[in-house]
Amino acid sequence: MRDLMDKVKKNVIWKSIFRRDYKENVRDRAVAIFGNVFLHLHPVQVRESAVKLRYTWGMGGITFLAFIVLVITGVVLMFYYHPSVDQAYDDIKDLEYQVPYGVILRNLHRWAAHFMVIVVMIHMFRVFMTGSYKAPRQFNWVIGVILLVLTLLLSFTGYLTPWDQLGYWAIVVGTNMGAATPLLGFEGPFSEYFGITAYNDVRFALLGGTQVGGNALLRSYIWHCVALPLLSIILMFVHFWRVRKDGGISRPQ
Amino acid sequence: MQEKEVITEEHKETQSSEKPKKAETEELMGRRKLLNRLGWAGVIGFLSINTLAFLRFFYPRVLFEPPTKFKVGFPSDFPPGEVNSEFQKEFGTWIIRLDDGRFFAMESKCTHLGCTPSWMGAQKKFKCPCHGSGYYITGLNFEGPAPRPMDRFKISLAEDGQLVVDKTIKFAGVPGKDSNEQYPQSLLKV
Repeated sequence: MRDLMDKVKKNVIWKSIFRRDYKENVRDRAVAIFGNVFLHLHPVQVRESAVKLRYTWGMGGITFLAFIVLVITGVVLMFYYHPSVDQAYDDIKDLEYQVPYGVILRNLHRWAAHFMVIVVMIHMFRVFMTGSYKAPRQFNWVIGVILLVLTLLLSFTGYLTPWDQLGYWAIVVGTNMGAATPLLGFEGPFSEYFGITAYNDVRFALLGGTQVGGNALLRSYIWHCVALPLLSIILMFVHFWRVRKDGGISRPQ
Repeated sequence: MQEKEVITEEHKETQSSEKPKKAETEELMGRRKLLNRLGWAGVIGFLSINTLAFLRFFYPRVLFEPPTKFKVGFPSDFPPGEVNSEFQKEFGTWIIRLDDGRFFAMESKCTHLGCTPSWMGAQKKFKCPCHGSGYYITGLNFEGPAPRPMDRFKISLAEDGQLVVDKTIKFAGVPGKDSNEQYPQSLLKV
């Protein structure tokens, strides 16, 4: 067994990829984390008290786990989905009844989405209760609030993609709320003074028209699959990096 | 030793002609500052215009939506006291003929949150499936969370004798008011 491991590990290829072993000493472990592109956002070392689950509940990390699950299942779902009025609903039915493992993929995506919204709120609650929004972490709290809004927007835009009654009316109601917003929507206060009509308000930009139709489906699909995840990933990098720079994960004093 | 001398000489020079030199450097910095600011103004201006263009991009010029003015048929096609839902799906409009023969066109949009109510022929009312708002045939709300009667569109007769609905002219329902009395011009007598 040891011979086999030596054969695998003691050669140029293995060493060119991994450089160092993850040995039982502080220095080698630190260097291993330092030299890994995926782990280098993470602090090289964490205090023992920082991993106490009773304090952080691990909710931020679990939110990130849910996001990773969503990205993976989402990308796979995209292989069978057409964002068009004629095909969207049938594609979902196809995924549920015909595509191999389609039903578990779709449900994983759906449940992970619900899970992420719940967990991100618990994360926010924990940060609030432990006072982890206080100096020097104020900026990271703001980033976190934006990430919460992005999570909700991702949920909302994903709602329309099956093109079923539930999602359709949710988008009708949601964008009508936009239309009723002061200064942004044509049905909101002051719209007549600023010449805001159904053809130049925020609802028009969201739907790509005045009705929830093909343009709206395509737009919500692009926001859901490309634009919002990209923004979220960028802000997540800032969020994680700032946790480390602002004194590491919060822990009992 | 030599170096030291040079330094002191320079120092002396600056001391002796301090005022004009200072003015000169200030002028030099002024130009540099100006160019610097112009450069940044250019960059910021460019990016702002790009941002505006990006926002404008989300507002399409051409829409592939049904026209806002459309013909619905001849008055004789509509029996009195009935709600015609034929144009609900495409145009979001009901053509309604009252018992006395007068016509009006109503937007099939609940005034609560914008869902599409359905005409319940047996119960003689519009019922919204979303949150249960109910309306009489005139569009007056009487149950559920709807805050006001449903809106009407202008309906008139075209030259060929067909009824024409113009969705750009809207009669917005006023809370607690029957639109028949509020907007007599929304009714068409043939």
